[in-house]
Amino acid sequence: MKKQVLNCTVNDEAVEVLVRPYTTLLDALREDLGLTGPKEGCGTGDCGACTVHLDGKPVASCLMLAMQARDRSVRTIEGLAKTGQLHPLQDAFVRHGVPQCGFCIPGVLMAAAAVLAEHPRPTEQEIRYGIAGNLCRCTGYTKMLTAITEAAGAAARREG
Amino acid sequence: MRRFDLALPESVDDCVKTLAGRPAGAKLLAGGTDLLPQMKNGLLKPAWVVDLSRVAELQKLAVEGGALHIGAAVTARTLELDKRVTGRYASIAEGGALLGSVQVRNLATVGGNLCNAAPSADMAPPLIALDAVAVIAGPKGRRRVPLAEFFTGARRTVLGADEVLVELVVPDPGARSGGQYLRHTPRRELDIAVVGVASQLTLADGKCAKARIALAAVAPTPVRATTAEQALQGQALTPELIERAAGLAVDAAHPIADQRGSIEFRRHLVRVLTRRTLTTALARASA
Repeated sequence: MKKQVLNCTVNDEAVEVLVRPYTTLLDALREDLGLTGPKEGCGTGDCGACTVHLDGKPVASCLMLAMQARDRSVRTIEGLAKTGQLHPLQDAFVRHGVPQCGFCIPGVLMAAAAVLAEHPRPTEQEIRYGIAGNLCRCTGYTKMLTAITEAAGAAARREG
Repeated sequence: MRRFDLALPESVDDCVKTLAGRPAGAKLLAGGTDLLPQMKNGLLKPAWVVDLSRVAELQKLAVEGGALHIGAAVTARTLELDKRVTGRYASIAEGGALLGSVQVRNLATVGGNLCNAAPSADMAPPLIALDAVAVIAGPKGRRRVPLAEFFTGARRTVLGADEVLVELVVPDPGARSGGQYLRHTPRRELDIAVVGVASQLTLADGKCAKARIALAAVAPTPVRATTAEQALQGQALTPELIERAAGLAVDAAHPIADQRGSIEFRRHLVRVLTRRTLTTALARASA
């Protein structure tokens, strides 16, 4: 079980880290790189708490081996706010008091960011479909919808 | 997860050589969305895992020689969105759109869904209804197996321990053809088909030149409803005939009863989903 060298980009920085063959991407991010934003909820791809972007696409990092990210670009919640200011989604989540226990929120934000990347002005249906893979046991999702809708509007206005 | 060694091949030949060296206890890893959960819960304990994510040939998606070539590691999300698929091969895109959440669909692959060989696999019915052929590489070269003959039992396929699924070749159904895949699940997302049905109809001179109906989750393997197909062949497709074919499709189903549905409910679903998919297939073929 020799360790292998993982070279990839995480939150716009090149990283090189030794990982065991059976280490998941989620564990490498959390344990080796100290990025504890992505969470392990179910460990089987059902809850979405571990959602990160791989080359811009949302994936369940608990279902990937770390080595499968070699030469790829990974973005975690820690890399969502690129300018040192909160991402419009984070800002809207804070203002609407979306997080309660907060465990699901990093995953939801990464899923929501992917929705906005694909649909800058998403319909309610598109938002619901985009975050369908993220389980939240606190909020009932209502405030999430409100915050994501508002953030989409704010982002579109800023760019328009 | 139990410990294992990880091989990182970069070509199909590499894969075959890797497997030849370790025939026992090696598992092929594509998207991982089926394999990793089974390894985490101890159901599978491979000594070696062969990562397919950098084998370029398995990523291929192309229209060549009048057929759609879908590499085994093409993701469900790609099939859901790619215009070459959503147009003429709509039922494949519909199957892809149903494989779990977007986080799962960005990882899950068509080959993984087929090789995992769950009786409920959503990619199987549309591909079978489109007469897809599986291309398999092994130590003696490549062989082609019609997808309808690929499955040998629940979670069992014709794939040998030293073989790898390379691609699915899907013949162009033509402009006068249409298909649809539908499944029934209690909730829309992240669920497993209680029953899935794909239908594909090809028209000529106002009549049915070819009909294919494939069912999922009603037998240990996906099955074709051949009696129903034959009832449609050469006929004018009236709502009455479609209803009759839907009734005949029920005879091809040999479902079990489990927490998702009783035998009676599954047979009922076969009739309803066959009628609906045939009706949509006809509309799409006529459009």
